[in-house]
Amino acid sequence: MAAPTVDAPKGAKLNLYGGWKAAWPFLLPSFIGFLIFFFIPTMRGIYLSFTDWNLLANRGEWVGGANYERLVDDPLFWNAVRVTAWYVFLNILSQTAFAILIAVAMDRLTKSSVIRSIIMLPYLIPNVVVALIFVWLLNSNLGIIADLFSVFGIDSNYFAGPRAVIPTIAGINTWRHMGYTALLIFAGLQTIPKSLYEAGALDGASEWQMMKRITIPLLRPVLALVLVITMIGSFQVFDTVQVATGGFGGRPGGPGDASRVIYVYIYELAFVRNEAGRSSAIAVVLLLTLMVITFFQLKLLRANESDLA
Amino acid sequence: MMKNWRSLLALLLAFGLVAAACGSDAPAETSSDASSDAAADDEAMEDDEAMEDDSSDEAMEDDEAMEDDEAMEDDEPAGDAVLIDYWLWDGNQQPFYEQCAADFTQANPGIEVAVSQFGWGDYWDGLTAAFATRTAPDVFTDHLARYPEFVESGVLIPLNSFVEADGVDTGQYFPGLAELWTSPDGERFGLPKDWDTIAVVINDDMKAAAGDPDVSALTWNPQDGGTFGEVVQAMTVDANGVRGNEEGFDASTMGDEGAVYGFGLEGNFGAFGQTTFSAFAASNGWTAVDGVWADEANYDDPALAETIQWFADWIEAGFITPLADVQELGGTTMFQTGRAAMQTNGSWMISTLSGDGTEVPVSYAPTPIGPSGNRASMFNGLADSITASAEDPEAAWEWVKYMASPECQEVVGGGAVVFPAIPSATAIAQEAHAANGVDVSAFTTHVDDGTTFLFPITDSASAIEALVGPAMESILRGDAKAADVLPGIAEQVNAELAN
Repeated sequence: MAAPTVDAPKGAKLNLYGGWKAAWPFLLPSFIGFLIFFFIPTMRGIYLSFTDWNLLANRGEWVGGANYERLVDDPLFWNAVRVTAWYVFLNILSQTAFAILIAVAMDRLTKSSVIRSIIMLPYLIPNVVVALIFVWLLNSNLGIIADLFSVFGIDSNYFAGPRAVIPTIAGINTWRHMGYTALLIFAGLQTIPKSLYEAGALDGASEWQMMKRITIPLLRPVLALVLVITMIGSFQVFDTVQVATGGFGGRPGGPGDASRVIYVYIYELAFVRNEAGRSSAIAVVLLLTLMVITFFQLKLLRANESDLA
Repeated sequence: MMKNWRSLLALLLAFGLVAAACGSDAPAETSSDASSDAAADDEAMEDDEAMEDDSSDEAMEDDEAMEDDEAMEDDEPAGDAVLIDYWLWDGNQQPFYEQCAADFTQANPGIEVAVSQFGWGDYWDGLTAAFATRTAPDVFTDHLARYPEFVESGVLIPLNSFVEADGVDTGQYFPGLAELWTSPDGERFGLPKDWDTIAVVINDDMKAAAGDPDVSALTWNPQDGGTFGEVVQAMTVDANGVRGNEEGFDASTMGDEGAVYGFGLEGNFGAFGQTTFSAFAASNGWTAVDGVWADEANYDDPALAETIQWFADWIEAGFITPLADVQELGGTTMFQTGRAAMQTNGSWMISTLSGDGTEVPVSYAPTPIGPSGNRASMFNGLADSITASAEDPEAAWEWVKYMASPECQEVVGGGAVVFPAIPSATAIAQEAHAANGVDVSAFTTHVDDGTTFLFPITDSASAIEALVGPAMESILRGDAKAADVLPGIAEQVNAELAN
C-alpha cells in the first residue's frame, strides 16, 4: 500500500476504509469459524477450569483456583508432563534430523514430483490407522517388524514395554511426519540461491561444510517455523497413544503410567473420571506452556529475519 | 550417498505400500478392534472387556445387521406409540432382548423399544457423551462400577415410587442382588437382570497330558500355592518339553515357541481384579471395601500384598503368563491359543469359551479354597436404569419392569449366555448349558454355598482404578514389591474416598 502523504489526509482515510470494506467479506467466513470452533470453546474451557464441572450432569460450581492447586500435588499430572517432555524431545530430534536429510537429498538429487508425493504418503494415512497397523507389526509375538528386529538382536515389547513405549510411539510418528516436514524444509531449500553452492564447490568445500555453513544458516527462518509446528504437534500427541497402547489387553496410557501423555490424561479426567474442571485446568496450562515456548522459539531463532537479505 | 538414498526411499515406499494396503482392510477390522482403544479407557472394569473382545465377529455382524433392521422399523413408531431407546453392550445377549422387546410391545401395544448395542468401551464413552449432549437413551444396562457416579451426577431416576406403586417383589431375585442397586439414602436405581461369578477355566487336553489331576477341591495359599499351585506347575511345560514340577525345568525358555504357562492372567489386574486376583485375595481374607458405598478401602491389608506378590513371584518363576504378553495378546486369547493351560474367568464368558467357535476343549473348576477355609468369587450383577432425560418415564418403567420379570429373564436364560437374576430363569440357563454339554456348576456352586462377596461399590471407582492399576502393573512386572508399594497407594485411595 502506498504510504499516505501528509497533505492528502482525506484520500488516505478513504483508502483505508475502502480496504477494510473489501477485506471483510473475505475474512468473515474464517473469522466465524475461528470464533465458533476456537475462540468460544477456549473461553469456555478457561471458565470450566475454575469450576468443578460435571460432564454427565452438565453443571458445576465455581471453585476458584482449586483445580490448579490440585495440579501442583497431582503425581499423575507431573508424570504426564515428564512423559510428554520425553516424547517431544525424542520426536522433534529424530523428525527434524530425518526431515533435513530427506529434504537435502531431494534438493540435491532429484526434482521428481512423483518421489515427492511418495515421501508424503505416510502423512496421508490417518493416525488411528497407523496406530492400529503398528500394533500388529510391532507385537512381539506376532509382528513382522518385531520379528525382523529380533533377527538383529533387538528384542522388545514395544507398546507393552514401560521403557520402550515412548520411543516406539516417537519412532512411529517420526515415520509418519518426516515426509511432510521434509517438504516444508525442501520449500525452504528452494529459496537458497544455487550460486552459493557453486561458489562453495569452487572453494573446495565438502558436502558437510556446505550443509553447515550455507544450508542450515540460510534455512533458519523455515526451520524455526517447522520447529514451532512440530513442537506444538508433538505436545498434542493423543490418537497414537490412545489407540496403540490399548493394544489387545492393555489400556491407553499404559503400561502403567509409561505413556500417559498430557492429552491422554486430559481425556481420561474428562471422559472417564468425569472431572471436566480439572481436565480443563490441565488444558489451560498446556495452552499457556505452548504459547510461551512458541514465543521464545520464534524470538531465539529470529524467525522474522532472513540472512539472505 | 546415492545408494543410501535409494535404499531409504525403497524402505519408505515399502512402508507406505504396506500401510496403504492394510489401510484398505482397516474398516472391516475396526468393528472388533474398536473395543481395544476405547475399552481400555474404561479403567474401572477392564475385566469385562473380554466379553466384548471375544464375541465372535460373526455374531457381531449379525447383531449389526439386526440393529439396522431394527432402526429402520422402529425409528418411526406407528401413530402415537411411545418409542423407548434402550442400550446394552453384550452382543451375545442382544437377540434375546430383541425377543423380549417384541413380546413386550405385543403386551403393551402403545410402547415400542429400539435396542442398540455398542462394544464395552464405546458404550461408556458414548453414554458419557450422550448425557453431556442430552441425547442419552431412556433405559440402559447399568454396571455396579459405574452407577454411583451416575447417581452423584443426578442423571438417573430413583425407582422407589414405581416399585411401590406396582408392588414389584424385590425378593424374587437371588439374595443380595436387589440391594446392590440401592444408595445409602435408600433410593433404588436399577432392577436386577443377571449375575455372574468366577471359576477356573481349564484346557482339558493339557490337563490330561499333566496326568489328569483332580481339580474339584483345590487349595491355595500365598506361600507355596497349595494344591492349586502343584497343578499349575504340573501343567506348565517349557520349550524343551520339561514340566514345571520336573527336574531341569528352564523358566528362561518360557518365551519360546511351544512353551505352555500353567496359569494365565485374564487381563490387567486393575483395582478390583474381578476375573484375576479377587478370588484369591478374598480366599486369603481380603475385602476391598468395608460394605457398600464405603469411605475406606483396604489396599494396605497384608493379605492383599501377599496375594499379589504370589502372582508376581510365580510370573517370575515362569509358571504364570507375563503381564506384557497378556497386554499384547489378551489373556483369553492366550488361553484359547494354548499359551496358557488354565485361567480364571467370568460366567458371561461360558458361551465364548465353550462355544462352537473354540478349538480348545474346556472344563470349569471352582476357584481354590484359600487360607480362610473357603473358596471365594466376586458376585456381580447388572441392572437396567432409567435416565433422568427419559421422555416418558412411565413407559420406560414398564420396560424395565418387564426385563426384570420372569417372562423376559426366562427368554434370556434360554440363550445360555448369562445367569438371570431370577432363580427360575437361572435354572433354565443351567438346563440350556447342560443341553450343550457344558457343566457350569463351578460357577453356581458359589451361590449355593454362599461363598460369594459383593462387587466393591464406591463413588470413586475410576479414581481408585487410576491409582491402583499402575501400581499392580509395576508389581507384576517385578519392578516393585507389593508390600512396599501398596501401603502408599492405600493412603492415596483413602484420601480419594474421603473427598
